[in-house]
Amino acid sequence: MFLLRLLLKNAFRHKLRTGLTLVGLVVAVCAFGLLRTIVDAWYAGVEASSSTRLVTRSATSLTFPLPLNYAQRIRGVDGVSAISWANWFGGIYITERNFFPQFAVDAASYLALYPEYVLPETEKLGFLRDRQGAVVGRKLADKFGWKVGDQIPLRGTIYPGTWNFTLRGIWDGVDAKTDESQMLFHWAFVNESLRKRLSGRSDYVGVYIVGINEPNNAALISQRVDAQFKNSLAETLTETEKAFQLSFVSMSEAILVAIQAVSLIIIIIIMAVMANTMTMTARERLAEYATLKALGFSPGFVVQLLFGESLLIALIGGVLGLVLTWPMASAFGAAAGTLFPVFQISGLTMALQVLAAAVVGVVAAVWPAWRMSRIDIVAGLRHVG
Amino acid sequence: MHAAAPLIRIRQLNKAYRRGEQVIPVLTNLDLEVAPGEFVALMGPSGSGKSTLLNLIAGIDKPSGGTIEIGGVDIATLSEGELADWRAQNVGFVFQFYNLIPVLTAFENVELPLLLTGLSSRQRRERTAAVLDLVGLTDRVEHYPNELSGGQQQRVAIARALVSDPLLIVADEPTGDLDRVTGEEVLLLLEQLVDELGKTIVMVTHDPKAASHAHRMVHLEKGVLVDEVPA
Repeated sequence: MFLLRLLLKNAFRHKLRTGLTLVGLVVAVCAFGLLRTIVDAWYAGVEASSSTRLVTRSATSLTFPLPLNYAQRIRGVDGVSAISWANWFGGIYITERNFFPQFAVDAASYLALYPEYVLPETEKLGFLRDRQGAVVGRKLADKFGWKVGDQIPLRGTIYPGTWNFTLRGIWDGVDAKTDESQMLFHWAFVNESLRKRLSGRSDYVGVYIVGINEPNNAALISQRVDAQFKNSLAETLTETEKAFQLSFVSMSEAILVAIQAVSLIIIIIIMAVMANTMTMTARERLAEYATLKALGFSPGFVVQLLFGESLLIALIGGVLGLVLTWPMASAFGAAAGTLFPVFQISGLTMALQVLAAAVVGVVAAVWPAWRMSRIDIVAGLRHVG
Repeated sequence: MHAAAPLIRIRQLNKAYRRGEQVIPVLTNLDLEVAPGEFVALMGPSGSGKSTLLNLIAGIDKPSGGTIEIGGVDIATLSEGELADWRAQNVGFVFQFYNLIPVLTAFENVELPLLLTGLSSRQRRERTAAVLDLVGLTDRVEHYPNELSGGQQQRVAIARALVSDPLLIVADEPTGDLDRVTGEEVLLLLEQLVDELGKTIVMVTHDPKAASHAHRMVHLEKGVLVDEVPA
C-alpha cells in the first residue's frame, strides 16, 4: 500500500511532464488501435466468409465471365448442395463518390446461400416477386437514408444505360462481421435487358457461388468442379470463399504491411519518449535513490520504484488510449462509409493495445532502473550538495 | 571519556581512491574507538577525510584496508546485501540537506525505514507518531517537506534516523544548512538523544560551536587522526 502510494505520488510529481507523456501515450495507443482496426476491416470480408461456400470463376481472370449453362453441370458435381451466381454491376449512384458494391444475383438461390443476411419475410417475398426490385444492407440504407419503396437509379458502367430499381428490403447482418454495405438485385432483370440490347453479352455470369455440405471436402469438390470444364473455352478456378476474398486483400498487401509497420513505429517512438521521461526522472532523483539505499533499501526496491512508476504511467496512458479508440473508430468508420463494410475494434486489438502500453512501460524503465540500482551511494548523496 | 567496551572499533583503516593510474590516499592507518552512548564530532579541513570516515562507519563505503567493528561486526567483510540489511538495523542517517523524499509527508518520511522491519502497519504508525512527538513535530505530521522550515525538515530527518532504534546515528554537517539559532536547536535535540536515549552519534562538522555539543572532538588532517580532545 505504501509502495503504491509512493508510486502514484512519484508518477505525478512533475504534472506537466507526466501529462505530456500521457498525451503521447494516449495518441500512440489510440493510433495503434485505429491502424490495426483498419487492417482488420480490410480482412473483414475474409473473416466473414463461410466455409460452406466455394466460388467458381474464370481461370483466366475474374473479368472474364462464365456461361450460364455451367450452373447445371456444377450442380451435378458430387458434394455440391446448392448453386447461385452473381455479376459485379459497377453502377454509379448519382456521383462516383457514392461508391458501393452492387451485384446482380440469382435472388432466391443467392439469399438461400447467404443466411447471414437477415431479411424480414415480407420484404424478401416482395423482392423475389419484383424483377426490378433490390435489397440493400442496413449500413448502406442508413448512409443514403433509403427506405423500402424508394427508387434507386444507377448509371451503368459495365452495363450501359440508366437502371432503376425499387428498394424492396433492407437486411441486417446476423452478426457484426456481416457486410451491410452491398446492394443486390435480380440477375434475370439485367440479363433480359442485355438480351434485347447486347445479345452477345447475355447469359453470362461473373462468378458461381457453390454451396457444399462438407467443408472438409472443399478442396476435393473444387477439383471436381474445375475438372468438369478442363480444356473448355472457359476453364474455371474454384476456391473457398475465404481464398477468393483473400485474393482481393492480397492486391493491397503492400498497403497493409505499411499500415502495420506504421502502427509498430508509433509504439517504438512512444517507447523512446517514455524512456527519455524515465531517464530524466531517474537522474533527477539520484540523491533520493542513494538515500533509500543508504537507509537499507535494496537495489531491487529502487528497480521496483522505477518499473512501477513507468508501468503505472504507461498503463494509465494505455487505458485512456483504449477508451478513446472507441469514439475515434466510430467516427472513422462513419467517415469511411461503405469503404469498410465492417469497422469494429476487435478484442485482440484491445488486448494488444494494453500489451503495447505495458511493453512501453517495461522497456522504458529498463535502462534507468539498471543504472539506478547500481548507483554508488556516496556519489549519489553528494549529488544533493 | 567512556569506559565501556567500544561500540565502534576501527583499526588500521585505509581508504584510497584510484584516478586512472594514480592512487590517492584519503585515510591512512587510522585507529579510532567510540563508546556506546558517546557523541563524537569529526572535524578537520576540507579534504581531510572526515566525511569519508563517516561514510565508512555508516557502511555506505568500503575501506581499502583495515577493520571497522561496530557492535562486534566487522562491516568491512560484509557483502553489499548484508551491508544494506546491517544499515537498516543499525544506522540512522542525518544529512546536511535532510534528504527527505519530497512527495512523502513528514509522517511517511519517518515511517519509511520501518518498511524494512517486520512491523505491522499499526505498529509502524504508533512508533512513527511517538518519534515525531519526541522531536516536537506532532502538529506537522501531514506536511510535506517543502511546507516545513529547514529546522523542521532536519527534525523530521532526525526522527527518521531514530525510528528504527539504531545502534548508531551518523550526522553529516547536520547544521550546515541552518541558521545559528535553528542549528543550535537541532544540536540540542541530538544531545537529548544521547543523554536521554543513550544513542551513539558520530557527527561531521566544520563548526567548532556545533562540535562543542559533542563529548569528544576528533581532528583529522590529510587522512590522519591528529588530535582527540574532549569537547
